[in-house]
Amino acid sequence: MAEHDGPILEIENLSISFFTRLREIPAVMDFSVTVQPGEAVGLVGESGCGKSTVALGVMRDLGVNGRIVGGTVRFKGRDLGTLSARELRAIRGREIAMIYQEPMASLNPAMRVGRQLMEVPMIHEGVSAAEARARALDVVRDVKLPDPERILESYPHQLSGGQQQRIVIAMALMSKPALLILDEPTTALDVTVEAAVVDLVKDLGRKYGTSMLFISHNLGLVLETCDRICVMYSGEAVETGSVRDVFDRMRHPYTQALFRSIPLPGADKNARPLRAIPGNFPLPHERPPGCNFGPRCDYFKAGLCDAGEIPMAVIADDDRHFTRCLRHQDIDWAAPMEKADMTEATEPGKVVLRMDKLRKYYEVAANALFGGGGPTRVVKANETLSFEARESETLAIVGESGCGKSTFAKVLMGLETATDGEILLDNRNIEQIPIEKRDTQTVADIQMVFQNPFDTLNPSMSVGRQIIRALEVFGHGATDAERREEMLRLLDLVKLPREFAERMPRQLSGGQKQRVGIARAFAGGARIVVADEPVSALDVSVQAAVTDLLMEIQRKQKTTLLFISHDLSIVRYLSDRVMVMYLGHVVEMGSTDQVFAPPYHPYTEALLSAVPIADTRVQKTRIVLEGDVPSAMNPPPGCPFQTRCRWKAEVPGGLCEREVPPVRDLAPGHQVKCHLSQEMFDRMEPVIRVAAE
Amino acid sequence: MTLAKFILRRVGVMLLTALCLTFIVFFLTNLYPNLEKLAKTQGNFRMTDEEVASYLGRNGYLQPLPVKYGQWMGVLPGWTQEAEDGTIRGRCFAPDQPPGDAPRFCGILQGHWGHSTVFREDVGAIIAEKLALTGRLMLWVMLLMVPSALILGVMAGMREGSRTDRTLSTFAITTTATPEYVSGVLFIAVFASTAVGLKWFKGTATSAMENPTFENFFLPVLTIALYGMGYIARMTRASMAEVMTAQYIRTARLKGVSFPNIVVKHALRNALIAPFTVIMLQFPWLLNGVVIVETLFNYKGFGWTLVQAAGNNDIELLLAVSVVSVVVVLATQLISDIGYVYLNPRISMT
Amino acid sequence: MEPLSWGAIILRILAQFAPVWTALVVTFALSTAFRRRLGLYGKLFDSPIGMVGFGLVMFWVFTGIFAGAFDIIATHDVLDQSASMKNKVPGTPYTKLMGEVAPDAYPYYLLGGDNLGRDVFSRMVVGAWEVIKIAPFASLFAFMVGITLGLPAGYYGGRLDTFLSFLANLILAFPVILLFYLLVTPEIIQTGIPVYMAATLFVFPIVFLVLLWNSRFHTQPATRNLYVGITLVVGTWLYLGIAWDADPLGLVSFPPNLLVVFVAVVFVNAPTVFRIVRGLTMDIKTRDYVAAAQTRGEGPWYIMLWEILPNVRGPLLVDFCLRIGYTTILLGTLGFFGLGLSPESPDWGSTINEGRKLLSMYLHPALPPALALLSLVLGLNLLADGLREESLRD
Repeated sequence: MAEHDGPILEIENLSISFFTRLREIPAVMDFSVTVQPGEAVGLVGESGCGKSTVALGVMRDLGVNGRIVGGTVRFKGRDLGTLSARELRAIRGREIAMIYQEPMASLNPAMRVGRQLMEVPMIHEGVSAAEARARALDVVRDVKLPDPERILESYPHQLSGGQQQRIVIAMALMSKPALLILDEPTTALDVTVEAAVVDLVKDLGRKYGTSMLFISHNLGLVLETCDRICVMYSGEAVETGSVRDVFDRMRHPYTQALFRSIPLPGADKNARPLRAIPGNFPLPHERPPGCNFGPRCDYFKAGLCDAGEIPMAVIADDDRHFTRCLRHQDIDWAAPMEKADMTEATEPGKVVLRMDKLRKYYEVAANALFGGGGPTRVVKANETLSFEARESETLAIVGESGCGKSTFAKVLMGLETATDGEILLDNRNIEQIPIEKRDTQTVADIQMVFQNPFDTLNPSMSVGRQIIRALEVFGHGATDAERREEMLRLLDLVKLPREFAERMPRQLSGGQKQRVGIARAFAGGARIVVADEPVSALDVSVQAAVTDLLMEIQRKQKTTLLFISHDLSIVRYLSDRVMVMYLGHVVEMGSTDQVFAPPYHPYTEALLSAVPIADTRVQKTRIVLEGDVPSAMNPPPGCPFQTRCRWKAEVPGGLCEREVPPVRDLAPGHQVKCHLSQEMFDRMEPVIRVAAE
Repeated sequence: MTLAKFILRRVGVMLLTALCLTFIVFFLTNLYPNLEKLAKTQGNFRMTDEEVASYLGRNGYLQPLPVKYGQWMGVLPGWTQEAEDGTIRGRCFAPDQPPGDAPRFCGILQGHWGHSTVFREDVGAIIAEKLALTGRLMLWVMLLMVPSALILGVMAGMREGSRTDRTLSTFAITTTATPEYVSGVLFIAVFASTAVGLKWFKGTATSAMENPTFENFFLPVLTIALYGMGYIARMTRASMAEVMTAQYIRTARLKGVSFPNIVVKHALRNALIAPFTVIMLQFPWLLNGVVIVETLFNYKGFGWTLVQAAGNNDIELLLAVSVVSVVVVLATQLISDIGYVYLNPRISMT
Repeated sequence: MEPLSWGAIILRILAQFAPVWTALVVTFALSTAFRRRLGLYGKLFDSPIGMVGFGLVMFWVFTGIFAGAFDIIATHDVLDQSASMKNKVPGTPYTKLMGEVAPDAYPYYLLGGDNLGRDVFSRMVVGAWEVIKIAPFASLFAFMVGITLGLPAGYYGGRLDTFLSFLANLILAFPVILLFYLLVTPEIIQTGIPVYMAATLFVFPIVFLVLLWNSRFHTQPATRNLYVGITLVVGTWLYLGIAWDADPLGLVSFPPNLLVVFVAVVFVNAPTVFRIVRGLTMDIKTRDYVAAAQTRGEGPWYIMLWEILPNVRGPLLVDFCLRIGYTTILLGTLGFFGLGLSPESPDWGSTINEGRKLLSMYLHPALPPALALLSLVLGLNLLADGLREESLRD
């Protein structure tokens, strides 16, 4: 291909539609973006906004139903729309490579990793197998995978999630493409693994001089990786510009609303609550006339915003900064956020729940397929868990996959019984009482809100029926009419219209389903609610609304909230106390302020550093953890975190590898499980610093 | 757990299953009305109840069921009786053998399959001969059925919803809706009858027992193959269609791999895992097909023998037939499990 | 009288099916008109494959009901033999060797006569009734048994699962025909074994319904007692009549040779249903809404029957259609080997078996039942395909 010194990728007025039996569904409309050589452009938006469709449109892989209905995509000056299938194949993989969300799914399970890597140069450059293999080895080394020879001989399922994603990245880099499209490349990974992968992508992008189109829903991640950003809403680009401009001088109401709905440092559930975007994302075939964001916009002006098509407007003085807003010059962008209702901080009341040295061990068959009869292995899912939770208190439980937070929830709920230790509910032992033996009041007292909104409601039962069933089981109301009345009251409580009672779950959006799940949990007047990542599967603008709802009910009903999450931003925003877990151990516990400020447990420190924050003022110390979270089936000896700890060298005598550290009190109510000396703890510096405004 | 241990366990389950099944067959065939029928077919149909009882008594049929089962298995000594005329008869006595030489045990553990009351011959010999005949039939069925079903399924599944897919799928559905006794009749009517007059093939396969030719053997093979073929093809199609929508196929496509290579290198192995299991589990069904087709085409193989044995309550022959078919079925299940492990790298042995 | 030409035969056959056409047109018109309000059934009318399948199935359902239960459509009595009509070709005028032809008798054998001089056309349409009255109910019972055992096996796992799965595999390892030859014989009927088997298998629907009501309404004892009471009274009455032939009112009974066929077919089908339900249950039980039910203290049977079962209805419905088809094939197999049903019975399997003996000379006795069976099973398979397609689209 001839040398080309213009932009790598120019997308102009691209429109893509999907065609169903009933109608044409426009997925992307009038979308333009330019990627210069060596530049990384972020494409941000909520699910369903069309960002992945843009990527597939660039790759010309829209399936049988999708079609480009307008505009052009030019790659190095060539119009991709006019290429033949053969020319297209020559570009795919060689010039443009793609990295996807689910690493496990995007690798062929029945093909060795090496063969999948070697295939790329063998197809495109016709190199010999030996040379392709040598190159694969190089690239695998480049993505920092240990023991490249062994990795090449492995099947994908033999690698961990982080390793798989590195292989996908390696595969994309095999032919040194000019453009790399990353579609939510880290969403399926744990936070600390995500940080390492993001670092790697940035380094390699620099090393190979590759341009990047980075698709993500996470503004923080885009800030860390990209030079420019394009915000999408409902199939349209609403604002494009450099990352600095868009983050600090946004000129579109949607961008502004998005930033106001995510918990940035400084947000506080009482003093500075988040502001959710009102209303719902429009369905593709029900978009409003004029501005798509109009119905949810604070600055909406009838007769102007809903009059007709809205073009992209240039913002003077900024570097290629565009907005799709007619009123961007009328709006006072510097005006502070309208203060939402401030609330009084509630004082925690008496202790309602106490755990004392709770242990939960599982025996699992060593081999799942031929199980039974074989040797069993003990999984120590929870090790000596001790804490108290008070009325009206929010206790956050933080940890990555395999840390034992779900097991803890199961034991508390009575779905499993404890191996050892005590759980005291109002000073009554319940750790050995399975749920079927608990009395109705105990069951109603401890309820749960689940993670996945698409899974939490029974798809074949109406919303009202599901809530009424909970009321029946908890012995509420004497007649069907009374229960129905109570059900409607619960719908009011979670701010859902009463006519939703008759709807089926599939007619509800993710956030609405989650509200029904909350209503169901509070049906028996629950006093302790375990919320297992209740918002992590929701879009950011919906997250704020659901979190606020939980807070509000908690205040009204003096509920004890056990908030399980891996997202430190939201934990910092809403919790009173935090408990950090790693491989079944509580490594740190304290009030929110104590945990988020030094001294930290080394794991907390790494976790804090790993969480992307969408604020240009924040400076973070980069701490990249090596490797993956070890399997709970096969934990390391000694301290569970010793395999990845950057402070390990500071503890003399290899103590970390031999002994599990004792629990130490650093301050009243602040405890860590670590061998580090007090002196070392004192030397720790804050990971996150907010530059003065 | 190692593969050897796994196989051992499976073989253990297999033996237990075979034991249970043969006992059920033993129990059902030894119900008194069945024995009565046996006595009457062996003797004559006008036997009185006393004559029936004495016949059964003389031949050891009136012993308790577990004892008879033990004798048949060869873990209990075979019965002996002294008749009024002083001759000693016994289960293990060959007709021209002096009584003293007869072994004490004679069951399947000793390799004695017993004596067929219908064919008046040693069961072991009958089974061996019939199995050979049916084996030949099955071999050709498999050779015809498996490749064509797989090709059909892959062709249909690689582009779901295309015209090829619809045509092939309709064909596959039609064959699964056509049991052997329908397709066999249709084939004979069209290709072998004087009424239509094509007379390309023969309507019976009796001559194929000695001398199989395309003319006398193709119709029975086709009839069995067709019914199973549709099923396997549909499984393959579903599996192929699912694989073709998988993310890793998209990865391959966006790597620049050409469509034929995607199908052959990336999709095929993954898509064949499910159908492989199905092909193996087809055996019990194929056995049905064999019974029907051998009856329909008068091919005196294993299936035909089953019908004869069952129709005449030929206990030992029937038991042998059940043992063989159960072992075949279970062995194929075992092979299917092991093959599944080998085809699917996601399941490791260690 | 002249024999009919093929054109005339076809016209007459079409005319003979007039009630079926009417019923089909009404069904389709009503269903298409209200399809948006009929859920999955309504969506069937969006799928061409589903519609063709449904049409074929309903054709035979209506034919079976009209011919078998109301005695229209068929032109002659299925057992009437006429020596002068033996093996006569289609369209032959009806004559009798002995006695007079009744004046109101249909003047032709539309599809000819069989080797005993019976009317092939009438036997074919009445044969549909033999299938329609057994196959759906046998499949339904197989489903009740399979569901009642498959749910706990999948939900609890462990030893119960191992044991039940072993039993299921045991039955599945039996070649079906061997099982039929052992079970469906007059000698076995004498021993009463089919009755015991029926007694065992037919308990399942009652158990199923009692569990269904109790788990749902145990929080409201009055409602629960009403539902469970009705189920027990009606269920026990039917149970005594069908399984033991001991209905105290003397209304319900089941012919013994039909019972044994019914039991054998249920027995053969239930393990497959068991395996399907067990697999689906194992999949669904990991869902959060099951966990939600557990955490609010629901009993296991509520979770199995009200949380899991409704959500596997799609695949089960599809399998139900396929299973009716398979049962039809099994019934044909029984007839083909002359097992169970009376030798005179007009069922398709027996008719094919009789017809095949003369196949090299006469096609007309064997082909109509063969094609009828083929089209019914094909219809069921197409219907299942349509349902699968439409339920996935949801």
